[in-house]
Amino acid sequence: MAELTGGRAAVLKPRLYTWAQDYGVYAAVLALLLFNVLFTPHFLDVSNFRTQLVQVTPIVIVSLGMALVIGTQGIDLSVGSVMALAASLAVLYLGYGWLPALAVALVGGAAAGAAGGALVAYVGVQPIVATLALLVGVRGLANVLVPQLVEFRNPGLIALGSSSVAGVPVIVLIAAALTLVMVFVVRRTTFGRQVVAIGGNRTASELSGLPVKRVLLLVYVISGLLAALAGVLATARLQASDPTSLGLFIELSAITAVVVGGTPLTGGRIRVVSTVMGALLMQLLAATLIKHNLPQSWTQMVQAVIILAAVYATRERR
Amino acid sequence: MRRTDLEAVLEAKGISKRFPGVLALDGVSLALHPGEVHALVGENGAGKSTLIKVFTGVHRPDGGELRYRGRPAAFGTPMAAQHAGISTIYQEVNLVPMMSVARNLLLGREPRGRLGVIDAAAMYEEAARVLAGYGVDTDVRRPLRDLGVGAQQMVALARAVSVDARVVIMDEPTSSLEPREVETLFGVIGRLRESGIAVMYVSHRLDELYRVCDRVSVLRDGRLAHTGDLAGLDRLKLISLMLGRDLGEVRTRGVTGFDRRRSAASTAGSAPAVEARGLTRRHVLDGVDVSVGPGEVVGLGGLLGAGRTETAKAIVGAMPLDGGQVLVAGTPLRGGSTTAAIRAGVSLLPEDRKAEGIIPTLSVRENIALAALPSLARGGVVSDARIDRVVEIFMRRLRIKAASPDQLVSELSGGNQQKVLLARWLAVRPKVLLLDEPTRGIDVGAKAEVQALIDELAQEGLGVLLISSDLEELVEGADRILVLREGAVVGELSGDEVTEERIMATIADQADG
Repeated sequence: MAELTGGRAAVLKPRLYTWAQDYGVYAAVLALLLFNVLFTPHFLDVSNFRTQLVQVTPIVIVSLGMALVIGTQGIDLSVGSVMALAASLAVLYLGYGWLPALAVALVGGAAAGAAGGALVAYVGVQPIVATLALLVGVRGLANVLVPQLVEFRNPGLIALGSSSVAGVPVIVLIAAALTLVMVFVVRRTTFGRQVVAIGGNRTASELSGLPVKRVLLLVYVISGLLAALAGVLATARLQASDPTSLGLFIELSAITAVVVGGTPLTGGRIRVVSTVMGALLMQLLAATLIKHNLPQSWTQMVQAVIILAAVYATRERR
Repeated sequence: MRRTDLEAVLEAKGISKRFPGVLALDGVSLALHPGEVHALVGENGAGKSTLIKVFTGVHRPDGGELRYRGRPAAFGTPMAAQHAGISTIYQEVNLVPMMSVARNLLLGREPRGRLGVIDAAAMYEEAARVLAGYGVDTDVRRPLRDLGVGAQQMVALARAVSVDARVVIMDEPTSSLEPREVETLFGVIGRLRESGIAVMYVSHRLDELYRVCDRVSVLRDGRLAHTGDLAGLDRLKLISLMLGRDLGEVRTRGVTGFDRRRSAASTAGSAPAVEARGLTRRHVLDGVDVSVGPGEVVGLGGLLGAGRTETAKAIVGAMPLDGGQVLVAGTPLRGGSTTAAIRAGVSLLPEDRKAEGIIPTLSVRENIALAALPSLARGGVVSDARIDRVVEIFMRRLRIKAASPDQLVSELSGGNQQKVLLARWLAVRPKVLLLDEPTRGIDVGAKAEVQALIDELAQEGLGVLLISSDLEELVEGADRILVLREGAVVGELSGDEVTEERIMATIADQADG
C-alpha cells in the first residue's frame, strides 16, 4: 500500500509541474483578474479595462515577433528603435495620405529587420550583437529623419489610434488578429515548423535540407515589420511622433513577455498565446499595484520575482 | 590469487531505483573488487546509466544498500563520490574547452609558488610529464579544445586517475578514439589494474571487453542477468544474455542483422545513382571518387579521421569543397547546400545523432516529418492528416518504440532516435542514403533491426553508402568497400575480397608506404 501511494505521488508531482509550465501564466492572469474584481474599486469599469488593453497593445505586437526570434535561439534588441523609425517615416510621408505613410513605415521596419536578419543568417553575427548595433543606429536614423516631436492632425491616422468597433479599440482588434495569425503560422505552416526546428537544432536542420538562412532572415524581417506596425499604432494613439522616446526599452518588456509566457531562450519552442498572456500579466500587475498605491519600485521588484519564477518553471523543459 | 577473494571496494546490494513510470533498477547486486576490470553490459535501457549514476552520487537508490570500502555509503552529490575516490569518465568529455590542457589536468591542484600564485612553469612541466604516460604529446599550454577528441579523453582519464581514485568508471571510453589511442587506453587500464584500482568498463564493443576485462555483469531490464568471469564466457552466450533471447536464435541470425545471401544486387550494368568525382578539400579530402549504384551497398572503410564522414558530408553539400563534382543520375549537383542534394534524392544520416540529427525540443512526429515538410504541405500550410499517415507508416515499419507520436524525441532510447532519423529520410523517398555510423551507440536489438532494414532498402533499389567503424558490420553489409586513408581512396574491395582481414591489410599496406 505504501508502495502504491509512493508511486502515485511520484507521478503526481511531475504532472503538476508540467501543468504549471503549460498553464501557469494563464492561471496567474486569472488570479490577478479575480483579485482585482474583488478588491480594486472601479476595476470592471469599461474605460479602465480599455486603457489597460490599449496600453499593452504595442508590447503584445512586438512580443509576437520577439517570440518568433527567440524561438530560433535569437534575440531582437532593435524593436524599440524600429518603432521610432516607423513613427518618423509615417509622419514624413503623411502628406501622401495615412495609408501610403503606413506602407512606407512598414517597408522601413522590414528593411531594418532584413539588415539584422542578414547579419545573423548570412554573415554569422551573434543576434544580440547584430540587433544591438541596430538598436543604436536605427534610433539615430529616426532622430535624423524627424529631429523633434511632431504633432499631426491626419484624421485617418488619428482614427486608427482612437476609434473602436463595437466598443473594442481598433488597435486591440489588430493585435488580437495578429496573435491569431501568428498562432496559425507557428502551428500550421511549413515556415513555422522550420523556425522551431532551427531553434531546436540548427545543424540538424541544415542537414535536413531546411532553408536555414532564408528562414532566419524572414524571422527578423517579420519582427521588424511587427515593430514598425506597433510604432505606427502607438504614434496614432498619441497623435504625435516622438523619435527620442517612442519604444524606449520596449525590447525588455517584449523579452519579459516571451519569457514569462514560458518560451525558453534556448529556442526550439514557441508559445504564442502564452506570450500574449505574459504581456497582459505584467501590465495587469503594474496596474494593480499602482491602483493599490504601491510605488513603482515595488512593481519592478514583483515583476523580477515573476520573471524568475517563469524561468524556474521553464528550466527543466528540455 | 583470485581477485574476488579480496574484499569488494564498491558494492551494490539489492539496489532499486524508480523513475516515474519505470523501475530502472530492480534489486541489483554487484561487487567491484580492487584490481579488477569489470565489464558492465546491457542493451540501451537495461539500467547501465542508472547504476553508474547511483555509484557516482547522481541518483540516490530507492531501495537496497551501497557499500564503499566496507562501510555503507550514501553519496549526496557527484562531488562527494569523487572526493571519496570514485572517478567517472563519461562518453562526452566534461572538461573546460577554453582553458589550457595543463589547467584542465591540474584544476584545483595547481602547483603554487610564493603568495599562493600558480607556478605556471611547474604546472606545465608536471602536466607534460603526466600526459606523456598517457601517450599524449602536446603543448600543454594550448587550450584543450585544440586537442583531438581522443587526446581530450586521455586528459580526462589522467585527471580522474590522478585524484586518488580507488574506482574508475569508464562509460564507452573508446567511442571516439583511434586504434592507436585505444591501445594507449588499454595500457593505462592495465596499470590501473596493477595498482589495485577497480575499473568498471561500459562498452558496446565486445572485442574490447574480451581484451581488457576480467569479469562481466550483464544488466537486462533493470535486473542483473549474469555476473561472472569473462574468459570462459562464449561470445554468443554473452549476446544472448544481453538480449535475453534463445541462444539458437542468435546463432542462426549471425552476429549482424545483414542477410549474407543477398544477391550482390548485380548492379554492374546500371548507371550510378550518385557519383562523386575528385572531391577535394585542403587537409581533408584529396580527390576522392565514389559511386553508388541503385540497390548497391558501398562501404567506406578506414581509420578515424581518414575522411569517411567528410566524404559523405561533401556529397550532400554540407561541407565546402576546393574541387570536385557530385553527379546525381548524370546531372551535376549545385554544391554548397544540402537542399539541392536532398531534392535530387541524396540524403545523409549524420554520425552524431544528438548534435546533428534530432531536434530535441520536438516530438517524434515532427522529427520524422521535418525533411519531408514541403511535400506534406500545400501552399506553405502543412497537412496534419498527411503527416499522420507518413508518421504512422514509418513508426510501424521501423518499429519505433514511443509512447505516442507526440512524445519528445529526446525521451527515446538511442536506438529509437536513430530509427526516427531513418524515418525522416525514408519519408523523402531518397534514391541514395549515406549512413554515417548508423548503429553506433545503439543497443544490440536495434542494431540488428537497422542492419536488416538497410538490406531491405537496398533490395528495393536504394543506393546506400555505409560508413562504419565496426568491421563486421561493414563486411557483412557492403557489396563493395572503398578504403580511405588520409583523405584519399587507397583501395577498393569487392566480391570475395570483402573481408575484415583485407580491409585491415589495405589500411596497413598504405600506412607503411
